[in-house]
Parts: sequence; C-alpha cells; structure tokens
Amino acid sequence: MNPRELMRMYTRELNDLVAGRAAPLNLMEVCGTHTVNACRSGVHSLMPENVRLISGPGCPVCVTAQRYIDALVALGRRGDVTILTYGDMIRVAGAGGSLEIVRGEGADVRVVTSTLEGLEIARREPNRQCVFAAVGFETTAPATAAAVLQAASEGLRNFSILPAHKLVLPAMRTLLNDPEVKIDGFVCPGHVSVIIGSEAYRPIVSEYHKPCVVTGFEALQIMQGVLHLSRQIVRGETRLENLYPEAVSAHGNAHAVALIDRVFVPGTSAWRALGEMPESGLDVRDEFAAFDAFRKFDIRLGEDHEPRGCICGKVITGRAVPVECRLFGTVCTPVYAVGPCMVSSEGTCQAWFKYRRHESHRVEREAKEGVR
Amino acid sequence: MCLALPARIETKDELLAWVVVGEARMRISLIMTPEAGVGDWVLVHAGFAIRQVAEHDALETWKIIEEVESRAGGSHEREVGA
Ligand code: SF4
Repeated sequence: MNPRELMRMYTRELNDLVAGRAAPLNLMEVCGTHTVNACRSGVHSLMPENVRLISGPGCPVCVTAQRYIDALVALGRRGDVTILTYGDMIRVAGAGGSLEIVRGEGADVRVVTSTLEGLEIARREPNRQCVFAAVGFETTAPATAAAVLQAASEGLRNFSILPAHKLVLPAMRTLLNDPEVKIDGFVCPGHVSVIIGSEAYRPIVSEYHKPCVVTGFEALQIMQGVLHLSRQIVRGETRLENLYPEAVSAHGNAHAVALIDRVFVPGTSAWRALGEMPESGLDVRDEFAAFDAFRKFDIRLGEDHEPRGCICGKVITGRAVPVECRLFGTVCTPVYAVGPCMVSSEGTCQAWFKYRRHESHRVEREAKEGVR
Repeated sequence: MCLALPARIETKDELLAWVVVGEARMRISLIMTPEAGVGDWVLVHAGFAIRQVAEHDALETWKIIEEVESRAGGSHEREVGA
C-alpha cells in the first residue's frame, strides 16, 4: 500500500472509530517536531472534530523559564564572558532583553550547532570565559554532558555550562496531576525516546492509566500514532505502544544515559508556566562544579515576568491554542515575536502562524462555545 | 535544536567521525554510538550520533524528507524530532 492509501485508510478508521462519540478525545504530543510536522502536513485537518491533538510542553526553548534567559543576558552583559548558544534561544526575550539585543549592544554571543563547536571556541580563545547555554530535553543533555567530560579531561578551565536541561516525564506527570488539563493519552516524543527508551513511559500507563504511543515524525506516522491511541481509548485499553522501533528501543541508548548520569543529578528546575518542579531538571554533580556557570559566576535566578498579554504558559500546557491569544498574528508574528512560542521554530504559535492561521475562525468559535 | 537526521559515516577516528548528511559533510561525535563504524548509518542530533539506524530506514527517511522539501518548493526547513 502506498503512503497515500495508508493515510486514507488510517483516516477512515479513525473517523469510524469515534463517529457519534460525544466526549472528545484529548491527545497530547510532547515534542516540538511533532507540533511542527503535524501543523505543516495538515494532519489536523484530516482528524474528526472530536479528536484533538493538543501540543504540550515539547519545545525546549518555550519551556525555558524567563528568569534563566535573564541570567544568560546578564552574563552576556558582563563583557568578559562569551555566550555559546543554539540558534533558537537567541531571540527569546527576558525582562531585560534577549541575547540578540545584548549582542547588538556589543556582547559576545555566538550561535553554535553543537557542544563540540563550543569546546573548539574555548580552546581557540583561552582568554575568554565561554559559557554554553545548556537547554533542551534528554536528547541534548548527553551532548552537554559529553562536553563537560571533555573539558574536564583537557583541563579546559574557560569552558562552563549554564544548565537548564529538562526531563520529559515530570512535565507529563505535572500535567496529569492538574485537574484543569484534560488528557486522554500521549503521543510520546520521538528523539527523547531514542535516549530514554519507550519503557520510560511505563509509569504514565501504570500509575495514571493513560495510554502512551511512541511514534515517528512524518505525517503518516503521526496519524498512525493518533489512530492507535484513539483505538486504545475507545476500547478502554491502557497500553504502551512503540510504533517507531526502527529508532526507539525499549531501554534507549545506554551510552547516552550513562553520560547524563556521570555529569548530572536530577534536581529542581524552573519551567515556564509549570513553575518549579522537583527532579524535573539536571544539576551538575559537585565533582564538576568548576564547569557549572551557576557556581562559577555565583548566579542566582530572579523572578519571572511573562511578556504582557502573552499566553504562552497556557499554550504549552494545552490550556489554550495560539489563536486564542489576542496578540497572535497582529502584534505577535515570527518577525516580531512577543513570546517564546512564536520565536522558536518548534513553538506552537509559530507553527500555527505558518500553517494553521486559516483555521482561526473555527477554533475561536469553538473556544467561545466552550468546546475547547 | 531538536533536528536529527540520518547520516552515513565516511571516516572514523576513535570517537570522532566525518559523516555525510544530505549534501553536507559534518564532523560528529560517536560517544553515544561507539560501536558504529565506517559505512554505517547513524541518527545525528546536534553534532552527536544518538543511535545507529538501518540503511533501509535511513534511506526511507531521506526519501520522505526530499519529498516534503520538493513539495515545499525547495525550502530547506528540516524539523525532524525532539
Ligand atoms: S501568539 Fe505570541 S504573545 Fe500570544 S501566546 Fe503566542 S507567543 Fe505569546
């Protein structure tokens, strides 16, 4: 069967499955790439009205607390520090501007595509203190850990990291514990699962009785994930399914997990919208304290002040869709983005702006009628 | 940030390798896939191979990426994974 026929078959089965069902199915994906690819490919438009694929806290830039951005910006303003960052972080504004703004003011902010590149800069410029903005989920954390180990083995004293890594499971648990958020099942993140393995979601299934499906990133795979999840819910089943075995194994990548464990310990982390959650992030082990910019530069996080009018917090927790934000598409666009969900190429607002703007009327109407 | 693409290993020197990703050559770390060797396919994320993948699956992924790109009018936006 070719992909087109398969898509038609999945769509038909999904429609038959939920036909006449009064209660909508609320499915959440927790992966920025699922958000973007689902929007881009138009998968949402193939879904029946009573199946909703909601975007959760899957975009690493969007879940980074504003106070962390403030700390980075302040570090950049010192003048003696070079900030190394992945590209998406540079435009996210804190209370005192963004990395892009401080770069315009003369700060040394450099975009890197990997921690290897960051190490290279530190080696080349031994007189600069280089701080890597270590954000992202379990997919990027091992790369940060590897860089710390490498810097330690070389005695590279001018390299450090400002850690803000996040763990996916605690965020899923927090959402499930929130009575305001309604989730019937999860489409689990693809590449995070490559690292942590599909079995990591077992507690969501056994303790919270919510089905979980791990799936790939293409439209067909997303649709297949939605179908399998819906099938379980309609049949009253609660299982963990891995539909992406070519990339995700049951127990993940042991080398990557060992790297994380060698350098980090789980610690309290501040998330945008979700607040501080114990054991939801990664702290640098004392042994590597010399490479922890928080300790090296005695940095303390301040308070969060969300941009006025921005409802990113609601968007990343599935409580609102972007078109419900008054600033969406008018004041806030990818060119002049107010919140991180519009800044980031994996952010839900940017994905909606690019691919789902035309749907705004239907969604707004539904929101008013209280369907959402 | 969460970009991950399949790439073939061209040369390997301990845990560093040169890979071919589409039309580009890139230097990456094999610290998470130390068993991968020259000619093998790996999934590359932010300069690190995060998993070895079968050639068949890798080529299949590239076929889909190329299809999506040609439909998007040659746009090189590639968002493949968190
Ligand atoms: S549209 Fe802009 S201001 Fe509104 S929630 Fe999204 S990012 Fe925030």
